[in-house]
Amino acid sequence: MARIGVFVCHCGENISATVDVARVASEAAKIPGVVHSVDYKYMCSDPGQQLVKAAIQEKGLTGVVVAACSPRMHEPTFRRACAEAGLNPFLCEMANIREHCSWVHEKGEATTHKAIDIVRTLVAKVKKNRALQPIKVPVTKTALVLGGGIAGIQAALDIANAGHKVILVEKEPSIGGHMSQLSETFPTLDCSQCILTPRMVEVAQHPNITLHSYSELEGLDGFIGNFKARIRRKARSLDEKLCTGCGLCTQKCPLRRIPSEFDAGLGLRPAIYVPFPQAVPNKPVIDREHCTYYRTGKCRLCEKVCPTQAIRFDQPDEIVEADVGAVVVATGFDIKHADFFPEYGYGKYKDVIDGLQFERLASASGPTLGEIRRPSDGKVPETVAFIACAGSRDPAKGIEYCSKICCMYTAKHAMLYRHKVHHGRPVVFYMDIRAGGKMYEEFVRRAMEEDGVQYVRGRVSRIYERGGKLVVKGADTLLGARPVELEADLVVLATAGVAQPGAEDLAQRLHVSYDAHRFYAEAHPKLRPVETNTAGIFLAGACQAPKDIPESVAQASGAAAKVGALFSQSELVREPLIAVVDRQAPPVYSSCSGCFLCQGACPYQAIKREEIRGRDGQLIKTVAKVNPGLCQGCGTCVALCRSKSIDIQGYSHEQVYSEVLALLNRGERDG
Amino acid sequence: MKTGFYPGCSMKGSAREYSESLLAVARELGRELPEVPDWNCCGATAAHNLDRDLALALPARILAAAERQGMAEVLVPCAACYSRLSVTRHELLEDEELRRRISALVAADYRGSARVLNIIEWLEAVPDLEARVRAPFARKVACYYGCLLVRPAGIVKFDRPEDPQSLDRLMRRLGAEPIDWAFKTECCGAGFSVSRTDLVAELSGRILEDAVSRGAEAVIVACPMCHLNLDMRRPNIEKRAGRKFRIPVIYVTQAVGLAMGLKTKALGLQRHKVSPSALLAPASVQPAAGATSASGDSPAGAGSPAGERRP
Repeated sequence: MARIGVFVCHCGENISATVDVARVASEAAKIPGVVHSVDYKYMCSDPGQQLVKAAIQEKGLTGVVVAACSPRMHEPTFRRACAEAGLNPFLCEMANIREHCSWVHEKGEATTHKAIDIVRTLVAKVKKNRALQPIKVPVTKTALVLGGGIAGIQAALDIANAGHKVILVEKEPSIGGHMSQLSETFPTLDCSQCILTPRMVEVAQHPNITLHSYSELEGLDGFIGNFKARIRRKARSLDEKLCTGCGLCTQKCPLRRIPSEFDAGLGLRPAIYVPFPQAVPNKPVIDREHCTYYRTGKCRLCEKVCPTQAIRFDQPDEIVEADVGAVVVATGFDIKHADFFPEYGYGKYKDVIDGLQFERLASASGPTLGEIRRPSDGKVPETVAFIACAGSRDPAKGIEYCSKICCMYTAKHAMLYRHKVHHGRPVVFYMDIRAGGKMYEEFVRRAMEEDGVQYVRGRVSRIYERGGKLVVKGADTLLGARPVELEADLVVLATAGVAQPGAEDLAQRLHVSYDAHRFYAEAHPKLRPVETNTAGIFLAGACQAPKDIPESVAQASGAAAKVGALFSQSELVREPLIAVVDRQAPPVYSSCSGCFLCQGACPYQAIKREEIRGRDGQLIKTVAKVNPGLCQGCGTCVALCRSKSIDIQGYSHEQVYSEVLALLNRGERDG
Repeated sequence: MKTGFYPGCSMKGSAREYSESLLAVARELGRELPEVPDWNCCGATAAHNLDRDLALALPARILAAAERQGMAEVLVPCAACYSRLSVTRHELLEDEELRRRISALVAADYRGSARVLNIIEWLEAVPDLEARVRAPFARKVACYYGCLLVRPAGIVKFDRPEDPQSLDRLMRRLGAEPIDWAFKTECCGAGFSVSRTDLVAELSGRILEDAVSRGAEAVIVACPMCHLNLDMRRPNIEKRAGRKFRIPVIYVTQAVGLAMGLKTKALGLQRHKVSPSALLAPASVQPAAGATSASGDSPAGAGSPAGERRP
């Protein structure tokens, strides 16, 4: 005979404001099989959990229904409490009367009725629950880090230094990411490359790190502790073991007019190239799209000059498979490009550039060797307009959020410009200055007060060319919205930071969720900011939201610590909510007929064949068997099985039917 | 599909030539444009500054009348009327309660079935426009959209609000060469024409200055208010700027009519303050490929002053 306890939570006012919780408790008490029913202000609190534990022991409960929030929130809490009181945790169920009821309905009779119905279904279910034992699975102590920018580098180094193996995958020919393109960094103005390149070299030399550059993740299967990654190593068109990185090929390549990605299109590179001098690995790659040989079948000059005969024109892409236990996603961000700002003529006027292009102009390794010269005619600009919030915080453009880094880098750009062009006039158009961060406000003040950067509070409506100058039309809202027209020689747009192209595609391959702007979603915005909703996959850096360097590094170390905690266990405990195939006593043995429709349908290759043999070793029948380590409990096989021989533990046919029946027969007696 | 025509007040007064040229072009294309029966004022700038219900009720009454006639579309050539009608349709379709209340006010059940078309949408939809060009409008033109044709972007959902291209494309189909300029959607001063003529002279002057400095031979407009400010206010503009601008300002329908070889009088070209006669002289640019004359033998610039049609 079932002895069920129902515990109705007020959740402060979250539930009690719209649901009559006392009535839910009193109505629940009338459901057959319910021997205990109470309500309490905060059931998840310590005293609340004590109520549950005490009732289990005093009333000998055989099942518990907590009518509160979503199981995603507190199911683990209450299952733990049950276990502590000696009840198998899988005999505890959550009736979600918050997200599914009180939050989405107005206060009223109907809302309370719905809450009662939800409790009724879960009581019906819990009566059919069976005690289950958690599944233990081993952990592969190798981490996969996706993205070799500063976040990926930091995460890889931290995990490797903790003594674990790391596989670092970078899609570009070199690691380094956006940080390697930057000239100086705020708020200290130290050279970006100087602080980054030692880390890059450390990655290359670390015995625990395997680097796959110019590679992308093809697919990821499995689950926490036991992922299987497939990595595509795109063909560099050379034998990396033979190549010494001498650079002869890149010097001799006759094709030299390809816009350099590293220089944000402002510089040129050959078809066989190393993105920048400090690249890691310092091995070239042939850009097959532009290379004369791939286009016309002639040239092969690089092959002739290579002293080690390392060039391989026919090299195919290579697929590498790896077992990993955890994944850190650190794929970074992009910035909004041309055609997004027709009013600013970005993409139309050569001297309207974005922040990344200005970084390259200011960088000693850039196309102008660090001199600020405008792209159209190479002249040193006398007046430079910097436009903050180009696209950001602009619902009309579809980007409501603040890109966070622009206020700081714009101040830095204006400062660097003044340091390099002493007589120059930098003018910053801004909405608000958001300089929250250690030494950040001081940095912006320094730009204004010591470096004489003129700040105009107001937005720019249009930029157009007139007589070789760029006319910047805007308003000064601190001077009564007075219209302002500035003739500038160069305009730098702090364009919005956005998700990487292909972010959705990767998210789907990883089975992680993303927000409306295609940034990856954290498991909890405050308390679980480095985890995704998929166990074992963590986030670092600007793939989650625009972030500056210190923040990206901090999050990367956080993700590495999470991986370390995961790897400190030799076994993981998983919920046993998996498919099982019917087995019973002879002479039936199993209702499975061995059609194996389920085998082809399983997305996780978790279904195997099992031979049932008699005592004499004679084959009786071949039936399906589920590998508990691989099964994810998706239920595809259950839906497909023609003889209902597969069931999901914890969500069996019987349990789901009794839930439905409880709803249909409400008010009637349920057995 | 039945397309109705809502003229609004300007088309019957200060912008008669807009209406004349539109109807002449429609006749030539064999398109009927029946007026929405018993139409009223759209409310213009005044109504929505005074009373929201009034500002919605006036256009709703017009649109409801069009619906009653089974009109699937209503062509609204005046950009200001177009804005009022589009905004009303949008707001009433978004808010069921508001729709019911305004319907009751105008004693009609407004459903929102009739689409509101601006002049460019209507002309763009002519599939064989190129074939109808008898005298390519081979001029450098400044396509001036003004403020209301493409805004608010979320409501009118027409073209790119910051750098629209539809009128430029249309003019290219007529053989014209649109200039790339910065004042396509800048404000002409609009209704301040009466109360702050000095402001209009300043704002409209800048528009003309940029168009002229980039070599435009005509400004093409699709709004009676813009036309009034750029054309009728020319003396004020020139006085303020201290220079003469000879550039004519013509309606898009007049440009289409000229390219189709219609008579200047039928297009109302004699009604402008700034004479468009320069546009009737031999053309300056080679017509773009694909926009050559239908008969194939008309040289560039065949748009002679008479603009005679072939029988």
